[in-house]
Amino acid sequence: MDTALLIEKSILVVLLFLVSLGAAAYMTYFERKLAAWIQDRVGPDRAGPFGILQPIADGVKMFLKEDFIPAKADKWLFIIGPGLAMFTALITSAVVPWGPKLHLFGRDIALQVADINIGILYVFGVISIGVYGIMIGGWASNNKYSLYGAIRASSQMISYELAMGVSAITIVLLSGSLSLNAIVEGQREVWNVFYQPVAFLIFFICALAELNRAPFDLPECESELVGGYHTEYSSMKLGLYLFAEYTSMFVSSAIMAILFFGGYNFPGMSNFSGNTLAILCIGAFAIKIFIFIFVIMWIRWTIPRFRFDQLMHLGWKTLLPLALVNLLATGLVIAFKNGWF
Amino acid sequence: MESLTNRKKVVSDKPMTLWEKIYLPAIISGMLTTLRHMFRKRKTIKYPEEIREFAPVYRGQHVLKRDEQGRENCTACGLCAVACPAEAITMTAAERERGEEKLYREEKYAATYEINMLRCIFCGLCEEACPKEAIFLTDRLVPTYFERDNFIYGKDKLVESLDERIDITKRQHTGKRTQI
Repeated sequence: MDTALLIEKSILVVLLFLVSLGAAAYMTYFERKLAAWIQDRVGPDRAGPFGILQPIADGVKMFLKEDFIPAKADKWLFIIGPGLAMFTALITSAVVPWGPKLHLFGRDIALQVADINIGILYVFGVISIGVYGIMIGGWASNNKYSLYGAIRASSQMISYELAMGVSAITIVLLSGSLSLNAIVEGQREVWNVFYQPVAFLIFFICALAELNRAPFDLPECESELVGGYHTEYSSMKLGLYLFAEYTSMFVSSAIMAILFFGGYNFPGMSNFSGNTLAILCIGAFAIKIFIFIFVIMWIRWTIPRFRFDQLMHLGWKTLLPLALVNLLATGLVIAFKNGWF
Repeated sequence: MESLTNRKKVVSDKPMTLWEKIYLPAIISGMLTTLRHMFRKRKTIKYPEEIREFAPVYRGQHVLKRDEQGRENCTACGLCAVACPAEAITMTAAERERGEEKLYREEKYAATYEINMLRCIFCGLCEEACPKEAIFLTDRLVPTYFERDNFIYGKDKLVESLDERIDITKRQHTGKRTQI
């Protein structure tokens, strides 16, 4: 194998790892600040100027806490649970195209760890493994609340993955490819959200459910289940679960930006070329991700939680039929344009 | 029935219309509300840097006043102890000796005067009962201690020192009955 390629990819992987973790850490800070602003408060402002060292203080605190494993818990599964959650949250970003090719040291460097031609399937596969982390953790804890949280997480995941998948298929129909790179390139002129607003809405709602974010945070709802699936967790194991949640939020925002908002494309990008274009594209992509994260947090601090039957009702009786009708309509329009087979 | 306030709202349980069932308009209006709150002025007072002012009628730690010549006003009449609903005040009276005219204003004075700050409810009745304008509640806080004994304040803590007079004008002008 080409040594330069190996080095290039390794650097990219390490960079991506650090960026994901850093973004997740600062998302906790931003979430707390945003919650405070919405509630007319100030938020964390003691650690460093404006409290920007708060995530570091929180991380140190997490590490210094007692790492407790309950006596009746399944020890190995108990340890694997948070690790699996974090692992799946991190590997999703491998197929995300962060920008067009960068030209450095006489080489064209693709800003994507793996340009696989079934990128979207990979993303969905990894996301559905994500629930195993929660299920294993909830099961291994040997606690009723944890188990309820795990059951809720799995049923919620199954219900919403269908509608999510169907709305993603409409995008695949539009672009004619499963590769995320091709989907982004296909949106250079018009973003998919203008063709598929309904699919976007369904995808966004389902993404909230997959992320276990409010208003779909039933697996960890404090008022009913103490802490949900991570009731028994402490120290950095709990930290990993929380971190995994924020990391997947970061990656899901990236996926939504790719599928519906043109990925790294931005209006007026034909005026630039070369490395300038690549850097501007990364910037545009980052801004889109940030806006998605902001909206997801904004929703969390606005809307109350669903009841469980309402959640199932919405998933099976509303979103799935809507997604199917939308898929059918899209298919018909595409077939009509191409002259009926 | 005529409503008592103008905030009365009629509630109904009629079935939701399709527009309401979509929920999205309600969600968006809710999100606009939270967005407006994001740009509001913060209500927080950042305590160690910023200290909120006490209300003029604040009733904190007591002071036993001296008059302009530095003589103690208290004559140990005991009216404050009688008025005290928490029975926090005790005192013993003594007669003024020759040569002590500079220390005590009247012929009788309080040899000891103790307020138990754990019993005190800071109601201000002692202040109201006092005929000599000797005891006042101030805007100072009673600090916390680990030992119960420390909360029994004697004359050493209650009587104002000559160099550091305690300002009680706020108490004299607010919430007090006018002098007859």
